[in-house]
Amino acid sequence: MRNVFLFIRRYFNFLFFLVLQILALTFLFRYNKFHEAAFNGVAGEVVGKINEKYSNVEYYFKLKKTNEALVNENIHLRSLLKSNYEASDTTQKIVVDSIRIDSILKFQRYLYYDARVVGSFVSAQTNYLDIHRGVNQGIRKDMGVVGPQGIVGRVVEASDNYAVIMSVLSRQFKVKAKLKKTGENGTIEWDGVSPLYIQMRDIPKSAPIKKGDSVLTSELSSIYPPNILVGTIDGLVIDNSSNFYTIRLKTATNFLNVQYVYVIDDLQKAERIKLEESIKKEHE
Amino acid sequence: MSSLLKNIIRFALFILVQVFILHKIPSLHRFITPYLYFLYILWLPFRMSRFSLMLVSFLFGLTLDYFLHYPGLHAAPCVLIAYVRPFLINILISQEGADQNYASPSIVSMGWAPYATYVVVLTLLHHGYLVFLEWMQFGSFLYFIGKVVATTGVSLILILVTELLFFRKEKFRTNTA
Repeated sequence: MRNVFLFIRRYFNFLFFLVLQILALTFLFRYNKFHEAAFNGVAGEVVGKINEKYSNVEYYFKLKKTNEALVNENIHLRSLLKSNYEASDTTQKIVVDSIRIDSILKFQRYLYYDARVVGSFVSAQTNYLDIHRGVNQGIRKDMGVVGPQGIVGRVVEASDNYAVIMSVLSRQFKVKAKLKKTGENGTIEWDGVSPLYIQMRDIPKSAPIKKGDSVLTSELSSIYPPNILVGTIDGLVIDNSSNFYTIRLKTATNFLNVQYVYVIDDLQKAERIKLEESIKKEHE
Repeated sequence: MSSLLKNIIRFALFILVQVFILHKIPSLHRFITPYLYFLYILWLPFRMSRFSLMLVSFLFGLTLDYFLHYPGLHAAPCVLIAYVRPFLINILISQEGADQNYASPSIVSMGWAPYATYVVVLTLLHHGYLVFLEWMQFGSFLYFIGKVVATTGVSLILILVTELLFFRKEKFRTNTA
């Protein structure tokens, strides 16, 4: 026993070094489990507050671009108004009877929360954004996040007043998307090279592809409503050994100056998860 | 100003500069991430015990990690360079007893060539380990080599600029004073 103590005393520094290394590596490789348990909530609050102070300054310099993006979004939404369209045949009248106007909330599936971005990075291999809206304001894990121009990311953790979003520019991020013209589904990924471009995989070579075509979120996606812009096609990576294209997309969202985002709450999510789990149980 | 207070202020400043200036720069290339924060560890006083050196470095790395939402990624390399630092100083110190006569490693206390070696070796170690951890999760060997070389280059330039801008006057201390 005495020898053990002597050994520990002799190599105390080395052992302490090993302990700290193991601690750090545990944090790193068990990130997802750790941050639910340990003091990440407190750290999130503190970091959020400091980030917000900084963003108050930075905010001012990007006002012009933010304004432009919001105006463009407004124009897009206005052009969708029913009063802009008229039926070619005036003897017919369009009657919508599937939605009761009074109790429209009953049929609502997606709920949008606005949130201000207080911190963002694009220089790492996994990029995060901090937003000033947290659990107290209705944010929960795994909600989808979109910006005025297109999709942004997914909520990965939320403290009381702040939340962290993993942006599309992350190696771990994957989402289902489709071609607007023909509807082929593929997977969106990022290869870590440039924050301006993302990749789309698993599009069969039979699909007609043209530069500038839009790619939208798919109905298969579990966190986004369908038909939100992901990006536009910029080029192809030719791979003769595969039957699938890898397409290079230009991101719809400019991640260098995103200031306002919308967090999407899927009101039917609990129901869907319950159904999926009951099926899993049946087949076990 | 006491050494403790100075180092506490430095702690905050290095974190803020790294997070809000260097990490906000849109990257020129994916291999280039400007890192300067670990200079804090190189500047810590000679007199700190290895235990406290490692503990402070760990906390320092972890603070940065919380800002970047990546717990552990920077803490691990920080602890590594804090562990290696005393060995390196022992080898490199030229004058007998310079580590008692001066407060902390600098050009003045160690001399140009030993200090440069000290910085280059620890920078390479730090980036090598950091990129290695990233490489374990994704990337290719080319990514590893390219990023270590490019990032080290950028860091060394940044350190040189910092040393020239904020020249630290080291007072020569004797036992009598």
